[in-house]
This record gives sequence, C-alpha cells and structure tokens, in this order.
Amino acid sequence: MDLGKVNLDAPHSMGTTIIGVTYNGGVVLGADSRTSTGVYVANRASDKITQLTDNVFVCRSGSAADSQIVSDYVRYFLHQHTIQLGQPATVKVAANLVRLLAYNNKNMLQTGMIVGGWDKYEGGKIYGVPLGGTIIEQPFSIGGSGSSYLYGFFDQAWKEGMTKDEAEQLVVKAVSLAIARDGASGGVVRTVIINSEGVTRNFYPGDKLPLWHEELEPHNSLLDILNSTSPEPMNI
Amino acid sequence: MSQVAVEAPPKGGFSFDLCRRNGMLSKKGVPPPSYRKTGTTIVGLIFQDGVILGADTRATEGPIVCDKNCEKIHYMAPNIYCCGAGTAADTEAVTDMVSSQLQLHRYHTGRESRVVTALTLLKSHLFKYQGHVQAALVLGGVDANGPHLHTIYPHGSTDTLPFATMGSGSLAAMSVFESKYREGLTKEEGIKLVCEAICSGIFNDLGSGSNVDVCVITKGQKEYLRNHQLPNPRTYVSSKRFSFPKKTEVLLTRITPLKEMVEVIGGGDIMEE
Repeated sequence: MDLGKVNLDAPHSMGTTIIGVTYNGGVVLGADSRTSTGVYVANRASDKITQLTDNVFVCRSGSAADSQIVSDYVRYFLHQHTIQLGQPATVKVAANLVRLLAYNNKNMLQTGMIVGGWDKYEGGKIYGVPLGGTIIEQPFSIGGSGSSYLYGFFDQAWKEGMTKDEAEQLVVKAVSLAIARDGASGGVVRTVIINSEGVTRNFYPGDKLPLWHEELEPHNSLLDILNSTSPEPMNI
Repeated sequence: MSQVAVEAPPKGGFSFDLCRRNGMLSKKGVPPPSYRKTGTTIVGLIFQDGVILGADTRATEGPIVCDKNCEKIHYMAPNIYCCGAGTAADTEAVTDMVSSQLQLHRYHTGRESRVVTALTLLKSHLFKYQGHVQAALVLGGVDANGPHLHTIYPHGSTDTLPFATMGSGSLAAMSVFESKYREGLTKEEGIKLVCEAICSGIFNDLGSGSNVDVCVITKGQKEYLRNHQLPNPRTYVSSKRFSFPKKTEVLLTRITPLKEMVEVIGGGDIMEE
C-alpha cells in the first residue's frame, strides 16, 4: 500500500454491513464495527446500532457525521414526543421522523438507515430508510456496502416465523459473510434484540466468527504472533 | 467601456476586482498562500483513574517548520482539555469558542462542565461548516460520570474510544497503542505509553516533530506537563553565551529642535472689523 496516498482528510464514512430482521415476537438488528477514512480504519470497534428510545434502535450507514446528526435529532424529537404523549413512541413514528429528516435534506445527507424496534400496537417492526429518503416497511432489511453480497443469501435463508435464536444466528452469519467479502466491513459483529421483554445487546469478537474459507486456515495472523511465546512481532 | 467603469463614482458594495486578479494569478500558475497547518501527532488514552492527552509541538506551513514549540493541547474547562490537529487557526478558534460557551454554562448552572457537553458543542459547530472548519480533535476529561475520551473529525462525526490518535502521525502513534495499550494502566505507565506514541509520530512522520506535551486529568485535578520530553534539543547552540564586548559607540550628537521658537512682542494693531 502506498502510505503517501492515505487521505486522512476524507470524510468519515461507514463502509458498512447493517441488517434488520423480524422474527415472531420481535426484531434482531446487526452490524459490523468498521469506520474508515479512505483506506485507513479510523475506528475498528464502532457501534453503528444507536438507541433512539427504550424500544427503538437504528442501524446507521454512509457518512458517519450525517447519520450521527440525524439520529441525534430523531432521539431529541422522540424524547419530546414521549413526554407529550405520556407513553413510549412507536417504531413507525421513529422511522417516519428519520424519513422526514432524510427526505427534506436529501441534498445534504449521505446516509442510509434501518430503523427497528418493538411497540405494543404493532409488535416488532423493521423500516428501511435508504439514500433518497423513502421509507419501506420490510420483514427484513439489509444496508451498507456489504449488503450487495447478501441479497441472494437472504432470499434463500430468511423464513417467516423464525425463533429469536434462529434470527440472531442468521444475522451473525450474514454479517460475518459480508465481513469476509466486503473490504469496507470488518471488526466485530454487534447485535441488538428487541422484543416485549426489553432489549438484549450481544457482541461477537472478530476472531470468534465462523470462518468462510475453510481451505485457507489463518496463517501468521496478528493474533498468532501476539499469542505466541515471544510477543514482539519483529522477533518471530 | 472600461473607461466608463474607471470614471464612475464608487457605488459601495463588495468589490470583486481581487477575485478576478486571484483567478488570473492562479491560472498563470501562482499558487495562493497556504494556511498554517499543524501536521501533527496527537493522542489520548484512558488509564485507571483518568485521561492522559499528548501532543507534539511542531507547526508547519507547507514544507517549512514555522513554530518549533507550539502548544496543541488546548484548555476547554478546568476538568477538560482538547488536542487539536488540522488548520491551526481553526483548532484554536473552535476550542476557544466552545471553552467560552462552557464557562458561561458553568456560571449559569454552577456545576462542573461535562465532557459530552463540550463534545456536542464541538460536533454541531463542525457539522454546520460541513468540513470547511478543518479541526480534527481529541477531547478528554473527567466529569461526574468518570473519565471520557472522544475523537472529533472535521465533518462532525465523533467516536468514543479507550485510546485514540489523530493527525498526520496518527498511524505511527496508533501502531504503538494497538500493540501496547491495555486496560487499567497506572499513571506512570500511561504517561510512558503516551510519550512513546508521540515520539513514534515525531520520528516517523514528517509533519510532526520537536517536543512532547502531556496533560494528565484525574478526578478533581490536572497536570499540564509542558515539554515533558525534549527529544530534539538544539545542537548548534554556542557553548559560550553571546556577548557584546563594546557598548554602542557614539559618533555624533546633534539636537534638532522640532519647532522653531517665535517670540511675539506686543504693540501691534488689533485688526478691526
């Protein structure tokens, strides 16, 4: 790699894999953890699944600055809405606020989001809000640069009426598949499960993910060097 | 036609003459003057009882080192400091601005500033200017909720990390942190690691150089260690100090009165109307 071409002034973007899946009783959201500026990984453990209210989360992709500002505004609006209403906001309201900001400022924003959550009226719901600011209610939604590798997989693997564990395993498998093929996705897999009982966050470290290239065993990886008897990389 | 434009009286408003001149100059290959940028290594980490920030002290103007010992760790609040990389004017202006907003907020609330407050003020300003305010910051501090470390990029995105690096030397410094950082470092270990990361920036990155500044923030106190390490002392200093053997010699003294004295003698006729 030509180090002279590392461009640290490039806007922060999340070449990303984000996923939202419904199951019977709730939703599972999943994301990788890589944030990059050009070819430099600026953060290898970022959290792209952001909390909006107690029961609604959003997966962010695209420009980090834009998606952070949109989710900060939506969180603020939903907080106000919750106080005025005296009860938790629905997933539909949250997704519609994201859409409103994404559509009204479509010339300024470079971000695609997946809103997911649970409410007592409609149960678990996933809404995709892609680049132009449209809103699509879907049984499952995928986004980010890694999603191109996953359309076929989801058409084959997603089934209606999965259990919570089946849905989470599907999400973890899909994100690790995308991490293996998409250079802009990487790091760890984070998942958030939302249902009537509340929210569960899970974390799957990058070195514990299933390996998709059985024929290529990890060889001389950084982890081997660090775990070996001489931890100095240069002495191996 | 041009004759008319020249002879017309000034009408006020903004004159675009210089824009045309600058356009002509840049078309002819004269580059516009560059901003003073701090090709920089700045770092921060969280240790067992607080935050340590570090910075090099080189400021550059293109290929020229224009300040060999500048300060890149800026004051935000008594319990919050901020390292700046990018255009020096922008990092200075944006940290000063937010630090004054924080001071007013403290007068208003009578409470210690929080790191997230500083973070939100900084990111909303940088987002508003869409990356044109070229400030890349490492913000660290200890507040009611414990130690915090954030990085802020010129476009307004932020990250929250246990260890962070920024600036042109960030790659060199990050390689040190990635291999040696662990949770629960002591203060001495933390300072040592920060110095090592800054030194790797100083020695391996052309944009960074000179000395190491460190700032240690713990609950209720801080230590600003200006020039904590001096790995690049001046090698060309004369062993004897400079002296001027003679006093300045006086060659000539001449006093020229500034005004001629005029003496008025009474008795002249007063002019009548």
